[in-house]
Amino acid sequence: MQMSISPAKIDNGIGASQEAPSTTAEMIRTFADERRSFWIVVSLAVLFITWEIAGRVPISFAFPTFLETVSAFGEMVADGSMHRAYFLTLQPLVLGIVVSAIVGIGLGVAMGLSDKAEWLLAPVFIVLQAAPMAALVPLVTFVYGIGLTAKTLAVIMLALPVIVLNSYKAVRHVNPSLVDMCRSFQGSRMQQIFKIIIPDASPVLFAGLRLGIAAGFIGVMLAELLITPTGIGDLITYHRSVANYAHMYAAVASIIAVSTLTLAGLQYVETHLLRPEKRRK
Amino acid sequence: MANPALARSGSVTSAASNDAVVQVREICKNYGDVEALRGINLEFERGKLTTLLGPSGCGKTTLLKIIAGLVPATSGEICVNGHAVTGPGPERAFVFQDFALMPWATVLRNVGFGLELKRVPAAERDRTARRYIEQVGLAGFEQKYPHELSGGMRQRVGIARAFAVNADVLLLDEPFSAVDEQNRRKFQEDLLRLVELEKKTFIFVTHSIEEAVYVSDRIVLLSPRPGRVSQVIDPMIDRSASPDDIRRDAGYLDVVEEIWQGLRQYAE
Repeated sequence: MQMSISPAKIDNGIGASQEAPSTTAEMIRTFADERRSFWIVVSLAVLFITWEIAGRVPISFAFPTFLETVSAFGEMVADGSMHRAYFLTLQPLVLGIVVSAIVGIGLGVAMGLSDKAEWLLAPVFIVLQAAPMAALVPLVTFVYGIGLTAKTLAVIMLALPVIVLNSYKAVRHVNPSLVDMCRSFQGSRMQQIFKIIIPDASPVLFAGLRLGIAAGFIGVMLAELLITPTGIGDLITYHRSVANYAHMYAAVASIIAVSTLTLAGLQYVETHLLRPEKRRK
Repeated sequence: MANPALARSGSVTSAASNDAVVQVREICKNYGDVEALRGINLEFERGKLTTLLGPSGCGKTTLLKIIAGLVPATSGEICVNGHAVTGPGPERAFVFQDFALMPWATVLRNVGFGLELKRVPAAERDRTARRYIEQVGLAGFEQKYPHELSGGMRQRVGIARAFAVNADVLLLDEPFSAVDEQNRRKFQEDLLRLVELEKKTFIFVTHSIEEAVYVSDRIVLLSPRPGRVSQVIDPMIDRSASPDDIRRDAGYLDVVEEIWQGLRQYAE
């Protein structure tokens, strides 16, 4: 008897039990007040329910329900096509983002620290950022063919200018009083850069990195849809051509989810490694 | 003029003494066409607290930053311990108006930052930092971040950081201007205690007449546009009395009045 009571209590504790509505409602209320995750779940639930309803209406014969999309996703994971597609898509994406992050932050910080570097580089990146990159992606194919190089270049073309310009802005907006403080205690230029300027610039630096990664996802999808039908882009194109709309939506939704999780992961790294004071709130 | 609490130096350039830690010679500073400082000559005596006082725009902060080596002078010379200096040096430490604390670092790391830049070993650095954290009354807050502290406590961190590098001269740029009135008074009393305890030279910038008279051994009045030394006042206030008695003392009030009369022409 004792054994059967305690699991029931645990159920109550989690808030899954339907038997005690008053305490469950209370529990949900306190949970909703304190936890951000509750609202994230609610927000996603609203989205998915709306999607399900829209699919059942249906708003278009080419618009699958949420549940159909989920089962199509399961099918593609089971037959391995999802894995193979991500294996192809993630290579240029990771490569392009790593290159853009290193080169972009390096150039941006240099531009922030030196007027001459700014004069030399800023015009190039301002033009690149303003240019409609989708129009340039086919040119890359023309020169580099349809391999990994072309896809990686497409990622870099979209990600690099954003990262460079944000890093530059981040360094230019460093608190001048902190730099003076470092000078007044005879900090060297290197100490000034690594102990003051980069940590103080890091929130904007990371904002640029997040925008750059989002742009990189756009770049790789453009490349796969416009140039080389491989990876997730191919999965989308193929299932569209054979009217497997649930599968097509599953591929699209999965790349959105991967992109979102990557950005959330980056935010986590930023607050936990670089700016410990932002954790305590 | 039979006020015993008020002794004025004869000339605008104070008499040369052998015990001057900082000498300011013919300092001029122009920002483009704007003349911020013209022909400043001053000497700051060892172990004394000298205040640069004046209305906004008189260049008092600029002068302090020139002494600190943070801002280059257009012409003139700064000597510290008899040597001309052009940049910041270990014998001077600066306390900033906006505190200039690193928001990503704890109180302990902020206070020890001057030592960290000099590559003092971590154990020794923490020991020194903890001693000064305690001295400014922040014991127990070592692991807090600046945003968890009040304005007054943040400036205590700034002062502890300046003390920790053991400089001869402490340069304080309106350190209490961002602190509320109650805390400011407490701060002024603590500052006097630290001046007594540390035997260092303090150069203090403020725009508060009462604050200047209360804490200073000597007050340098600057007049604006361009900044010049208009008067040097030694408010000989007996600091053995309690803080409340000092603030009610006739001599103290006379000096405040005297300075106000000198400055009122610049008030708008």
